Formats: sequence, structure tokens, C-alpha cells
Amino acid sequence: MNGTRLVKIATQSIVKNKMRTLLTMLGIIIGVGAVIVMVAIGQGAKAQIQARIDNLGTNLVVITQGASQTGGVSQGAGTSNRLTLADFDALKRESTIFTGVSPVIVAPTQIVGGAGNWRTSVNGVSLDYQSIRAWPVASGRYFDDTDVRAMRKVAVIGKTIADNLFAGQDAVGQQIRLRDVPFDIIGVLTPKGQTAEGRDQDDVILSPYTTVQTRLSGRQFITQILGATASKGDIPAAEQEARGILRESHKLASYEADDFTVRDQTELAQAAQGTTQVMTILLAAIASVSLLVGGIGIMNIMLVSVTERTREIGIRMAVGARGSDVLTQFLVEAIVMSVVGGVIGVGVGFAGSLIVQRVTGWGTAIAPQMVLLAIGFSAAVGIFFGFYPARKAAALDPIEALRYE
Amino acid sequence: MAAANAVIRVEGLERVYATGKTEVRALQGVDLVVQPGEMVAIMGASGSGKSTLMNILGCLDRPTAGSYQLDGVRVDGLNRNELADIRNAKLGFVFQGFNLLARTSALENVELPLMYSRRHKGVDTRAAAQASLERVGLAERLDHEPSELSGGQQQRVAIARALVTRPSLLLADEPTGNLDSHTSIEVLALFQELNDTGITMLVVTHEPDIALYTKRVVELRDGRVIRDEAVRDRRVAAEDLGAATPLALAS
Repeated sequence: MNGTRLVKIATQSIVKNKMRTLLTMLGIIIGVGAVIVMVAIGQGAKAQIQARIDNLGTNLVVITQGASQTGGVSQGAGTSNRLTLADFDALKRESTIFTGVSPVIVAPTQIVGGAGNWRTSVNGVSLDYQSIRAWPVASGRYFDDTDVRAMRKVAVIGKTIADNLFAGQDAVGQQIRLRDVPFDIIGVLTPKGQTAEGRDQDDVILSPYTTVQTRLSGRQFITQILGATASKGDIPAAEQEARGILRESHKLASYEADDFTVRDQTELAQAAQGTTQVMTILLAAIASVSLLVGGIGIMNIMLVSVTERTREIGIRMAVGARGSDVLTQFLVEAIVMSVVGGVIGVGVGFAGSLIVQRVTGWGTAIAPQMVLLAIGFSAAVGIFFGFYPARKAAALDPIEALRYE
Repeated sequence: MAAANAVIRVEGLERVYATGKTEVRALQGVDLVVQPGEMVAIMGASGSGKSTLMNILGCLDRPTAGSYQLDGVRVDGLNRNELADIRNAKLGFVFQGFNLLARTSALENVELPLMYSRRHKGVDTRAAAQASLERVGLAERLDHEPSELSGGQQQRVAIARALVTRPSLLLADEPTGNLDSHTSIEVLALFQELNDTGITMLVVTHEPDIALYTKRVVELRDGRVIRDEAVRDRRVAAEDLGAATPLALAS
């Protein structure tokens, strides 16, 4: 008995019993098709989730003042205040990686206006701040270049302040007094909610950094500089670049340590990564279940088929087929059907993904390695679930099998 | 004729079926020698043990006791795989129910034993199958499936399949049981013609009429041979058909 003859016998049997073959393959077709569609949807969903997480600012680099040392004892972050607007200008001018840079000058201020008074921090920021934080206004407008250059006394207020001082009325166009200086409210920000630490992000007033520095802070130093990159992958390079620009700006000798700190939003990035991982595991789980169901479908049909084909097996044995020949025939049949079913399933999955893409508008992606994996897996399913029925067929007694009606 | 040349040499053959606590002794010491070129009818009522004997002679079953030499080779005590190889190499089967593969052409059905043959590697199985079908007068029916053939034609395909490996022995189990009397005689004519070319044949039947076309009758009862004698008034199927060339008639 040689291999090619066995494959010939198996393929003949498959082709001659189209209905049985189709029923057997159906499980695998649906299984593999489901896997492909599922993964394609998953890729789309993953990209969507990624985009939303990126909106939270995972591409963010935060530069803060460094730690000062007093006689070798570090005083902790922020104790050395050497971050200035000159640093911001240098970064803005020289950086090639950052898509946006903004200073943040935090000035805790007592404010009066509308229904009463409130204490909050006024943040002096640049135009880029809005895109860096992905933080649009709900009503009114954000300040523009002219406002910054003219140091206009304009304010964009967070939702918490709008709710507390101007409940039930439109805050835009109203005036508030910051440290007795009147500011015009030109916009209200969309709500961002709380940070993980419980800080209310909406309890804030944004104003041009030029205005804040001259009117409220009065100091040369700034609290932090925010920079955004196009993607997460750019962050290490951007950090490197920022460090170089700032060291030069601070005229640090090579033996001197940084007098500033560059950090990224590792926690958010990890959260994003975690989400992606959960998605991947979820998809893999669903995919395995559908392939398992497909495999059991193959086994069921093969088992029924062994009973149905008892006489055929008897005939084959009578003319000299060994048990191992029958075993191999059934195994080859199972594998061929699984693989062919797998290939058809890939096609079905392809079509399904396109439909999903049309309906949801998500970008779906079919990875070539996914296709290979699906076909390889269906072959494995064929062997695994084909073995038991095949062994059952091989163990038949030829006399009993020939007598079977 | 030298004893070593016997196609079948069976001595003290016993077969006991153990069904639960009761034992059924289907064969209780059968001795049988069949020489090349013989055409033997195995007769007996149901329960006489003829099917059991047939199964053992066909290497589908193994005897409980006794020895069996097929074509000079000891085959009792061989394992399943060895028996399968012996069936493939030395035996050809013709069954009452034809036992052809459905939805499979006559040619592919006849090809089947060659597909499992370990001696026929590299042989043109298609050509061999075609030659075998021509031999039984079915040259025009190569691509027909069993459902497209008459009973007699199906049995001819089965005979072609049995002959394709050039076996030492052709075993026919009630070969005419599913055929009308005219077709039965046609098949018997083919058997006699094949036997005349030297093929050894064993026909299991319960019909005395059929046994008349063989050369020797062995009758079993209760697992023992009670009669073993040459057929005196042997009938010639071709003459009974009233035609000079029965094959032309059949095809």
C-alpha cells in the first residue's frame, strides 16, 4: 500500500459522497470563518479602543522641574525650579518629533464671579494644549494666537466651575475676577471627569500662559511643559530629544545631572496595553470554542459515517485492506475535509469581514498568519477528531462488517 | 499430484464460538483437501457450519483448533494484518450481495484489491482492472456504477474484482442467491469457463441444482463433513443456456 494510492482512495471517497462531505466540512467552514471574522472584528475594535485611549493622552510627555540637592540630600521633585518659558520656546523651536508643546503655569487663585466665589488653579497654557490633551470646548471658543500675543484677559473654564458659579445660565460672555483682575469667559470645556487619584480635572481655568504669567503668577518659572507625539512609538525618541534640547538650554556640562524630569504616561500606556491583551485573549477564547465545536462536528459525522460505511469497510477488508489502511483512509479523509473546509472557511471569513466592515465602518484586518494558523489548526482538528472514528473503523471485524445491513 | 501442491489442506479444523456461558461448536474436526483446478461445492443447511468454514477458508476468521494450509502456506495463527495480506494476494471473493462499492465505477471497483496490494506497486492498476472486466465480458461497462448495472452484471464486476489479483482460490458465497435462474446459469457458465482455464473454485451453496455445475460436492452437517464425492452428472451451463457463446449473450 503506498501513500499516493491511499490519498487517491480517500479523495475518491470524499468526492463520491458530496452530501456527507459537505456536512462534515460545514463545522470547520463555520468554525474557521467565525475565527477569521472574529479576529478581523477584534482588530477593528482594538484599533478603535486604542484610538480612544490615545485620546486620553498616552502620547504625552511631561517635563517637570528637577530635584535640587542640598548637601547631597535630595529635596524631591519640584524643589529645583529651573523650568522657564525659554525652555518652552527652545522645545517649540527645535523639536522635530513633538506634534505639540505647551507650558503649564499653575497659579492657585481665589476667583469671584456669578453666584459666589471659588478656589481653583488657573493654568496658563498655549494653543497646543487643547490638542495635546484632546480637550475640546463644549460651548464658546478656545483662545487663539492673538489672545496669547496680546496677553488678553480671557478664560476657558472647566465644567465644575461653570456649574458652581454659573448654574443654570450660560457662562460664556460672563466675567469673573481672578485675584481682582477681571477676565472674560470665552468658552466652557467639555467634562473630562476625575483622574485615577480622584482629582477633578474639570475644576480648572485655562488662560493664555502670557496672561497668567504677567497677571497672576508674576514669576519666571513654569510648572511643567507638556509635549505630544504622533504615536506611542515616538515617545522614547521624543523624550531623548527633549532631554537634549533642555540640557543645552540649561547649559549643563556633560558631567552634570539633569535638573529637570522627563516622564511619560506609563500607567495609561500600560492600561492601554492591558486592554489590548484582554481583547486578544477574549478573541482567542471565542475562536478556540468555535474551532472546537467544528472539530466535534467533524467527529460526529465521521462516527455516523463509520456506522453507515460498515459494509464498505468490510468490502475493503475482504479484498485485503489492513486495519492500518482503513485507519489511514479515514484519517486522510478527515484531514483533507478539514483543510479544504478550512480554506473555504477562510473565504467565508473574508467575505464576512468585508460585510462587517461595510456595516460598522470599522477597519477590519485579516492577518496572513491568522489564515495559516486557521488552516493549520483545522488540519490538527481533523487529525485529533478524525482519529477516534478512524480507529473504530479499523477495529471492525471483517465478517461482522460484511454481514452488516 | 503431489500433496504439497494442494490449494487447500485442512486437518482437524475446529471453531468454537463462546457466547456467554454456552459454547457453540460450529466446526468439529473438518478435514478437506482441494487440489488446483478443482471446482468444489460446499453444501449444507443453515447451521451446518458451512459459513464458518467459508470464513476460515477465506482467511476472514481463525480456527480454534486444527491446521490450515493455503497454497502450501500455514495460515492458521496468522495475525489480522497477515490475514489481510493473504486475502489480498491469494483469495478472490464473490458474495451473494455482490458487495460492490456504491457510487464507484465498475473499473474502480475492480481496481480496489490492487490498491491494497503490496505486490502490485508500480503496476498499471487501471489496465489490469480493464483486462479483468474484459475477461468477464464487461468491456463496455467500465464507467458504469453498480446502480446502473443489472444483478448479473454486478456479479460479473464482483467476479472481475476477485480475479484481478490472480488469486490461487476463488471463493463464492451463494453467488447466485440474488439472481434469477437464467442469470444464475449465466454466472455459472462464467465460473465453469474460468475453471476450465485452471482457476480453483469453491462455491458455497444450499441449492443442490447449483452444486450440479461443480465437479465435487462436500456436504456438512453439525460441523462435520458427511459427504464428499465427485459430481456424476455434471451439467454444463453453456449448454443449458442453449448458446454456443454464453458471454456474448450476457453482455
